[in-house]
Amino acid sequence: MSADTSAREESTGNGPPPSPAATYTARPGRASRQQRSTGAAAGFLGPNLILLGIFLFLPLGWALLISFQESDGFGASGWVGLENYRRLVADPTFWQSALNTAVFTLITVPLSLALGLGLAVLMNSVLPGRKLFRTLIYLPMVISGIATALMGVLLFDESTGIVNKLLREGGLGTIPWQSQGAAAFASIILVTLWIRVGFNMVIYLAGLQGISPELYEAARLEGASSWQQFRYLTVPLVGPSTFFLLIMDVIYSFQVFDTIFVMTGGGPGRSTSVLVTYAYENGFVTRDQSYAAAIGIVIFLVTLVFTAVQWRGNRSRDTVG
Amino acid sequence: MAQALTARAGTVVPRVKKVSPAQRASSIARLVTAVVVGLVMMFPLYWMITIAFSPSADVVSRELHLWPSEWTLENFRTIFGTFPAATWFGNSVVVTAIITVLTVSVNLLAGYAFAKLDFRGKGFVFLLVLSTMMVPVQVLMVAQFRLVTQLGIYGTFWAVIFPSAASAFGIFLARQFIIAIPDELLEAAKMDGAGTVRIFLRIVLPLCKPLIAVLVLLTVMYQWNDFAWPLIALKDAQLFTLPIGLLYLQGQYGADYGAIMALALLSITPIVVMFLAFQKYFVQGLARSGIR
Repeated sequence: MSADTSAREESTGNGPPPSPAATYTARPGRASRQQRSTGAAAGFLGPNLILLGIFLFLPLGWALLISFQESDGFGASGWVGLENYRRLVADPTFWQSALNTAVFTLITVPLSLALGLGLAVLMNSVLPGRKLFRTLIYLPMVISGIATALMGVLLFDESTGIVNKLLREGGLGTIPWQSQGAAAFASIILVTLWIRVGFNMVIYLAGLQGISPELYEAARLEGASSWQQFRYLTVPLVGPSTFFLLIMDVIYSFQVFDTIFVMTGGGPGRSTSVLVTYAYENGFVTRDQSYAAAIGIVIFLVTLVFTAVQWRGNRSRDTVG
Repeated sequence: MAQALTARAGTVVPRVKKVSPAQRASSIARLVTAVVVGLVMMFPLYWMITIAFSPSADVVSRELHLWPSEWTLENFRTIFGTFPAATWFGNSVVVTAIITVLTVSVNLLAGYAFAKLDFRGKGFVFLLVLSTMMVPVQVLMVAQFRLVTQLGIYGTFWAVIFPSAASAFGIFLARQFIIAIPDELLEAAKMDGAGTVRIFLRIVLPLCKPLIAVLVLLTVMYQWNDFAWPLIALKDAQLFTLPIGLLYLQGQYGADYGAIMALALLSITPIVVMFLAFQKYFVQGLARSGIR
């Protein structure tokens, strides 16, 4: 028990969690023993595989089938081949949503990484009340997306929101957070960063704790400035954490739903529509479910690419060092 | 120069530190930054609480109030009187509890199989299961909606429970934890004639208490906060969970932020309390699973 827990703590202190592929090693088993435990394994895996089979793999395959069918309000009828995908390619709203998703990801991911690393360095240094500050930064992570988004609506309300009231008091003029596309986009980015920075800090803190203090001491003796130490020691040495976070943040940003759905509903116009909200809109508002399934398949493929990149990256990192 | 001196002094007498003015300035700057960041992170929550206890006149007024002009429970009376907030809270408790028990149990079993049992196709099945970990609900929602409709459970708690319990993230954590249990321990039990089930119940499970704590906390958090799937699976306002209730309230009340914030505050309180009580487990679990 004690050996066990210390092993856990050690591995949390040494960087990002190892990926599934990285930690997986197939153990060769003797044939007879293997046969014997296949029965036991079926018993242990069974409940899970039934649950996953019915409620995950079946819908996944079904979604693919639906995407090749015609929509008629509720059910689907008749095969139309790639018709839904052809529509997709010619649909300006789809491309607008894809572009918004990409822009949103390209803005939020580097900012989350930079803020996360900056805060991790700060919270790793000597600081009174460090524990309290860390807790405050973690806290948004556990608050529901919908409560966070409603807080965002409250803060950024154009006429009664506190942000505009403060700006008005400061003589800076108000910002049209709800009626202008770029401002609405900015408000979503701010809320996303508020949610996301804690997770980035957690991973970077674990990465920083794996760096030997002697390296910094040596750098100081060589006369390296704080900035040089950060640039040439910290940044390269937390590289594995950065890679892990990069993929996690991309997947998160790519799939962000609650915040946008509640704060802007994709508006004004289509200025904050992203792929996941557009898929929902087609599936359950306009009830064009086959088309929604096709968008879902596109989202699935992109997600799969990023998941695969992460596994490969982790595996090669492990074999190299 | 001063830094080099302290570093050298540090190697001789580790506890004595001479603080130069530059170092003092830097530590003050760090503290000021930390305080500013802390205030920015806390302001939205402070504001939620303030609005939840403010009379509605404060909310719609164009004047700047940084705290309630008078503290009132009016908004809480609205959500409990006009809206079924207590029912929604109860629904969230029931749904979250059932999903958590179900998913943690099956994931522990599967994690043990992947960690300690040899069987054909293990690597393939494991990869297959894990490849679904990051799939968002928007990929599956249309088919899942038809599935629960066909099964005749659309609109019931079961429509939320089963698809939500079919989650692979716990398998990954469970496997990673159980694989660290020494094989010798299990071999010894096997020598004594214990079967696989007995080994799991008597040896593995008692060692898994920290794992179970992490899995339970993360699942409770995740399911309590879940929004997109319950939004599709539920239709009757009496059966809504808190997140769906919040959206419903927003639809009904629009700009009456007082009532909305009162319900939002009610909905986040259990998770925030849990987080503050078990922060270490939360942070470890989030860092290791990568989910939020």
